[in-house]
Amino acid sequence: MVAILLLAIPFIFSLLIVLLPARQSRMVTLSGTLLTLALAVFAFIRFSSGETEQLLFNIAWVPAFGIQFNIGIDGISMIMVLMTALLYPFIVASTSKTEIINPKAFYALMLTMELGLMGVFISKDAFLFYIFYELTLIPIYFICGIWGGARRIPVTLKFFIYTLAGSLFMLIAIIYLYFKTPGDHTFDITSFYQLNLSAPEQVWIFWAFFLAFAIKIPIFPFHTWQPDTYEVAPTAGTMLLAGIMLKMGLYGLIRFLLPVAPQGLAAWGNFTMLLCTVGIVYASLIAWRQQDLKRLIAYSSIAHVGLIAAGIFSLNASGVQGAIIQMFNHGVNVVALFYMIDIIEKRYGTRWMDDLGGVGGQMKRLSVAFMVVMLGSVGLPLTNGFVGEFLLLLGIYQYGAWFAAAAGLTLVLGAVYMFRLYRNVFLGSVKDHHTVPSDITLTEGLIIVPLCLLVVAVGVYPSLLLNVSESAVRQILQLVNNSNLSLSAL
Amino acid sequence: MNLLITLSALGILTMLGSVLKERSWILPLCVTGLLLASYFALAGWDMNAALFGMMRIDNYAVAFTIVNLIAALVFIFMYHETHVNVDEHLHEVFAIVLFSLVGVVVMVSFTSMLTLFLGIEILSLSLYIMAGLRKRDLLSNEAALKYFLMGAFSTGFLLFGIAMLYGATGSFMVSDIAYYLGIHSAPGPFIVAGIILLLVGLLFKVAAAPFHFWTPDVYQGAPTLVTGYMATVGKVAAFAALLRLFQLGFTPAIASYQSLLAVVAVITMFVGNLTALYQKSTKRMLAYSSIAHAGYMLIALMASNNFASGAVFFYAIAYSCASLIAFGVVAILQQSDLGDDITAFKGLGKKNPVLAITFAIAMISLAGIPPTAGFFAKFYIFSAAIKDGWVWIVALAVINSFISIYFYFRPVIASFMEKGNDTPVLAGRTTWLLLIILVFIILVAGIFPGLASGIL
Repeated sequence: MVAILLLAIPFIFSLLIVLLPARQSRMVTLSGTLLTLALAVFAFIRFSSGETEQLLFNIAWVPAFGIQFNIGIDGISMIMVLMTALLYPFIVASTSKTEIINPKAFYALMLTMELGLMGVFISKDAFLFYIFYELTLIPIYFICGIWGGARRIPVTLKFFIYTLAGSLFMLIAIIYLYFKTPGDHTFDITSFYQLNLSAPEQVWIFWAFFLAFAIKIPIFPFHTWQPDTYEVAPTAGTMLLAGIMLKMGLYGLIRFLLPVAPQGLAAWGNFTMLLCTVGIVYASLIAWRQQDLKRLIAYSSIAHVGLIAAGIFSLNASGVQGAIIQMFNHGVNVVALFYMIDIIEKRYGTRWMDDLGGVGGQMKRLSVAFMVVMLGSVGLPLTNGFVGEFLLLLGIYQYGAWFAAAAGLTLVLGAVYMFRLYRNVFLGSVKDHHTVPSDITLTEGLIIVPLCLLVVAVGVYPSLLLNVSESAVRQILQLVNNSNLSLSAL
Repeated sequence: MNLLITLSALGILTMLGSVLKERSWILPLCVTGLLLASYFALAGWDMNAALFGMMRIDNYAVAFTIVNLIAALVFIFMYHETHVNVDEHLHEVFAIVLFSLVGVVVMVSFTSMLTLFLGIEILSLSLYIMAGLRKRDLLSNEAALKYFLMGAFSTGFLLFGIAMLYGATGSFMVSDIAYYLGIHSAPGPFIVAGIILLLVGLLFKVAAAPFHFWTPDVYQGAPTLVTGYMATVGKVAAFAALLRLFQLGFTPAIASYQSLLAVVAVITMFVGNLTALYQKSTKRMLAYSSIAHAGYMLIALMASNNFASGAVFFYAIAYSCASLIAFGVVAILQQSDLGDDITAFKGLGKKNPVLAITFAIAMISLAGIPPTAGFFAKFYIFSAAIKDGWVWIVALAVINSFISIYFYFRPVIASFMEKGNDTPVLAGRTTWLLLIILVFIILVAGIFPGLASGIL
């Protein structure tokens, strides 16, 4: 019941937006997303206390093909659902100061995207997963393409085609796995886990899935679409992309790649780990050189998710648990960072670091909030980022010490570029002496303060989230180890 | 039998009636007649009525007949609305459409090669005439002549192939040929030559590479709605005939032509999609895209399992709806004097949002993106191919799918993300309603594919 409501509420509210007048679109969206958040928190409480029956829903959809509309929430999905439901009201509220042309379309697209995102995280049927995975592409394409900045048309088209190309290869793999299931074939994900595939099969299935998720996350060298797309997208679009959408790729790695193609992972694991670590260092170095604040955070995002992906590939409990909690944290941090950059851009008219300076003196509360989130992004102990990075590095170290050393550079380089940002933007002398912008208003504070509190809260008490995902993570790793064991026993 | 009689009688009545002064009764007559014909077709479901030993109205025939009848109905409504005050030969066009439908029914229900030929010719002759409807337009005349010459040439191939098969097996009946092929495991030269010649003739009709060269010029020259009719009914009927022939007749010898079909399918997809990338005219782009879609459907033909006819049927529905919408919108833009260039779409999102959204959904469906019918159709075809182990072909088809996004999205981008001039774009009420119904079908078939996927 709860699961289907998580999908139904965004859908119903998006229809409501179309019917109601444009002035009320934002309020309607906000109430819809808050309702979804309440539902997600309710589900979280239920889940933590062990009552999970309400969270399943399964009806036949296309019986001729064995496709079920099968959704359900396990530990990993729960955190993803909570993250999505939590970030959405903030993202919607962040548009309150922007003049949006044609708001009905904009908010309807945002809610449709929430439907798609929720669906990806709770699908237990591979076909359904694929449908929701693709479904999210259309709203974000139109959001970026219609309300974006300059050069948005070629950039968003490249993003769309690139991402779709990867996921189409995933479709081939899914159909192939479907025909491998015994008897009356089924798309059920758990039956995919139980397939015994030969090693060569697993290798190409690994690559098909990896391609799809590597482009989405993005992992070096499939990241070229990301900085441009984040830059031209409207702020709400960037928050959606960075905060939630890329987590679909990481979630897919855990849900599909690890359990279904462990042989492929064993064969290519070092290579993918190498790609991730190279990506971390590469993106951090580029972020160090950036002048455009949005691009800087975009590149830092590539570095962070490279670390998360490396943690997933490390195939141990610390790594994967660290990945899941860091997905949550990264979502919170990056949404807060992009929002505050948006505030700066609106007040000062520029995102260019050289043209900014002394913001701290003029907007004291913003500088404090930015410091908190920045420290969370850098990974100072007592912030959420530290918990995630510590677990991830622990997991990667267990995989290979050199990988951990290289990945650990993310801590250093992250501090470098983020502190450079802070120094150039918030400290120093003011560049333009004309007007003194006002500090954060109440609405903006209502968005920023809870996010800052989350940064600290999850840093201080992470087991709230870690406990939820633990058993599901152990199950997936069990599947990986079992299939590796059974093959080594042969 | 009732079906054929209804359609033929309707055609003759319309033709005779167009001579009279008072002609406002012809459209209602056609519509009622088509609905009656659909009823007769549906009544033949699960009946397997055999007609003179030359045709059999089985479920396959009924399904494809219904699809084509509904497409023709949509065409008649749209054509009537746009041409009622302009074209004095309007009702003769209806007569030709009805005669072509007779050809369609014969083509999808044949059991003898002769009826296959008969059906193809009836349909093709009607289409040749319709392509040249604009008597004073040079492009239209060129389209008709080109179509006629190349069509007649390819029908020659068809007949040659039929003759070869008759020479080898001694019968025109498709079932006899299948029996012969079942007995003789190694098909002799006459059989192989006959199959290939037949394939050439039919691939021409379907517009598969390398027999597609007539398509862009003919599609661009013909009046836009007629192009819509050719792209839907013409192509779907030809494909249904091709699939029927190969499923009923040649399955025992499939090994001899499977690789050939695979190569043709891949070439068709690439030629269609890559050339469409360079088109500035929407009609030519849609023509090349229809070539590419024939390529996707040929993949289903290669995989001779029980998924194939269901896949092609579902694909036919998805493709027909999307094509009718696309050509309908282009026709409306042409009527508003905006031309058929992609630049005609600029600012359509503001001028006429309903048209822009329906066109966008049609493009999204043709590109094969969920949750539209086009996605499930592609998925169905990919499943049919992967089941038989043709994974490489599906990978190539997938590459083509995302190449196609580029040109399918160009009009969509122009509609929503670019500014246009002030020319208003108005659609007639019937066309508007039809477009919405077609979009509804695309979305419903995409979200609840079970409704149509289990039929064949």
